[in-house]
Amino acid sequence: MKRRKSSPKKKSAQKIVPFSPVVEETTPSIIVGGQVINPASGLNCLADIYLSDGKISKIETKKLLSKRTIMQQKPEAIINASGLYVIPGLVDNHVHLREPGREDEETILTGSEAAVAGGFTSICCMPNTQPPLDTQEAIKFIYERARFARCHVYPIGAATKGLKGEQLTEVGDLVAAGAVAISDDGKPIVSARIMRLALEYCRMFDIPVINHCEELGLTGDGVMNEGYTATVLGLPGVPEIAEEIMVARDIKLAEFTGGYVHIAHVSTAGSVELIRQAKARGIKVTCEVTPHHFTLTDELVKDRFDTNLRVNPPLRTRRDIQTILEGLQDGTIDCIVTDHAPHAIEEKDVEFDQAPPGMIGLETALGLVITELVKPGYLSFAQAIAKLTHRPAEILKLNAGQLAVGKPADIAIFDPETQWMVEESKFRSKSKNSPFIGRRLYGQIRYTIVSGRIVFAARPTN
Amino acid sequence: MPLKNKHLLGLAGMSREEITLILDTADTFKEVLERPIKKVPTLRHITVVNLFWEPSTRTRLSFELAEKRLSADVVNFTTSGSSAKKGETLKDTIRNIHAMKIDMVVVRHSSAGVPDFLTRCVDASVINAGDGAHEHPTQGLLDLYTIREKYGKIDGLRVVIVGDIKHSRVARSNIWGLRTMGASVAVCGPTTLLPVEIEQMGIAVYSELDRALKAADVVIVLRLQLERQQAGLLPSLREYSNRFGISKEKLKLLNENFTIMHPGPINRGVEITPEVADGPHSVILQQVTNGVAVRMAVLYLLSGGPARPGEEKVEA
Repeated sequence: MKRRKSSPKKKSAQKIVPFSPVVEETTPSIIVGGQVINPASGLNCLADIYLSDGKISKIETKKLLSKRTIMQQKPEAIINASGLYVIPGLVDNHVHLREPGREDEETILTGSEAAVAGGFTSICCMPNTQPPLDTQEAIKFIYERARFARCHVYPIGAATKGLKGEQLTEVGDLVAAGAVAISDDGKPIVSARIMRLALEYCRMFDIPVINHCEELGLTGDGVMNEGYTATVLGLPGVPEIAEEIMVARDIKLAEFTGGYVHIAHVSTAGSVELIRQAKARGIKVTCEVTPHHFTLTDELVKDRFDTNLRVNPPLRTRRDIQTILEGLQDGTIDCIVTDHAPHAIEEKDVEFDQAPPGMIGLETALGLVITELVKPGYLSFAQAIAKLTHRPAEILKLNAGQLAVGKPADIAIFDPETQWMVEESKFRSKSKNSPFIGRRLYGQIRYTIVSGRIVFAARPTN
Repeated sequence: MPLKNKHLLGLAGMSREEITLILDTADTFKEVLERPIKKVPTLRHITVVNLFWEPSTRTRLSFELAEKRLSADVVNFTTSGSSAKKGETLKDTIRNIHAMKIDMVVVRHSSAGVPDFLTRCVDASVINAGDGAHEHPTQGLLDLYTIREKYGKIDGLRVVIVGDIKHSRVARSNIWGLRTMGASVAVCGPTTLLPVEIEQMGIAVYSELDRALKAADVVIVLRLQLERQQAGLLPSLREYSNRFGISKEKLKLLNENFTIMHPGPINRGVEITPEVADGPHSVILQQVTNGVAVRMAVLYLLSGGPARPGEEKVEA
């Protein structure tokens, strides 16, 4: 698998610089002197961005403001982005916000605070709440609560009533209320008949059916990837075919019905290969991958049976990561999502095989993308950021993920060179179940702007 | 501390020197078990709790005997099923017991990784008496001891483990221990009961009993759990017995001076016939005796030695 030739290295700071988050709430008029990357248009250069009325009013690449002019402006009107990268606010198509029902783990508000701390300005929440998002009232509830959130929140409606897998929800109602897709995630749509109906029905609304592909009969009582590590630990495993069988099924169903399936969180080499072939045949299929699935392997479970490594689909092997990286490079994998899955401490602080699967991810995603994909040379900054901005926005038809005149001023500004350490105490999320605590990452968010307002800013504390 | 680690969680990664130390120490304690007064005061300053979350008669008895022979104070905590059913979490149960100032914990649990988890919850030394299908180190050690006792060595011997390898912690601990001590190891079982990629542990893998037994010295027969047939992994016990049962005819394939072992309890007529189990080459009962001696050695070595420095571990 090829690596890009990496650009001449800037001298990177090896020292860890601690940052503390600050909420500013000001509405700047100009973002000055940053390296502006807008993958949708190919823009990648120094530029000044002018904001007005919650939107981008101008992107000036030629006549950049001089230092003297900058000094003359009111300080709260300017963001000095010199040395920083300015990108569209990130878009996460797959998060779990736990509200309604498990507000002890996360709420729409706290989830949005975690999101903006990670540079995300638009997030889409899955319907497996309690009660699930299977009625228009539930969808409206999310929008109602999202009025107080720090970023844009879009609900994904349930595919089946009660997530039971037996009857389709009133998809028309859900879409009219603002659902951007349907899914039964954390569970698969088990019945091929229901999946066929969902794909056919959703053609009327031009939305994808997002499926968590897992043939439960093959999962059995598996708690981690079925492989050498599971064999050594004596833990029951989830074979890769549990995912691939359903990916193959859904590709065939999409082809047969002319419908559109989006495969959630691919984790195996076989899935990537199936999707690549399907796309070559013109079938309407897209897919996503999480940072943990291109960073961590199942071997890590051996160290201390860390329940934060228990996730569904499970962490796989080096070979799967290789194929996922190739899939990101050749476009087989369309976007990167977090599958942010908060869990209460007492639920995770148990025996490995009793712990619920899932890890939080909003606050570590960009750092992992830069450290694991860009720095080693697998993707350029522009290619990587595309997978976090306009590609996910295109899939769910969100007005997001781009820097352009007239578009909402949803912007992230980050420092690509400083290293920072993931600390449990700094998480904005209500839950702390992350296997990345203590890890050093490149790429720290300095400002997140939503509708022209600074909703997150980090100040170095030295 | 004569052993590197203050816990015994498994035989994976344990060095040859450490295993040899435990076996040599067990020799001394075996001698104690031959005396009329089978007791030494060595661990009278120690309190041990036997935390058995999974039902077990023989292992718990064996540990309890070992502890009592060493004059330790023993507390038993047994519960069936997952503690989650009772409402109190594993972590809370352990911390409550630890708050009662325990020195050593012997734990058996159906979830792999629980002993490892306990080492982070308590100050006590943790001994793994079996965690899920992961490891059962004292069984592995007593099997090594029994083999060494018979042959005078372990290097170069050919050992075959027959049965449900997939779900067996005994198999895994034995593989690690035997390989470290220089034996060549093979496993044999129906394909549905062989874990994936197990050959990467450095062993031969067979699904035909005759090929596996050919020129082997030691056969370790594993108990076939009746639930496996119910879970659909085997069509019937009869078919298993026909293809993998150790019967007198099969013994002809083995080397002279062969040995039959079994961790117990035996399913007579399923994985092993009564005549083989009770035959002259079977050391199944010696394994049980040795189990107490080996556990005494482990408890002694992990406790840090005698109560007072300079005190001999065995009184004259």
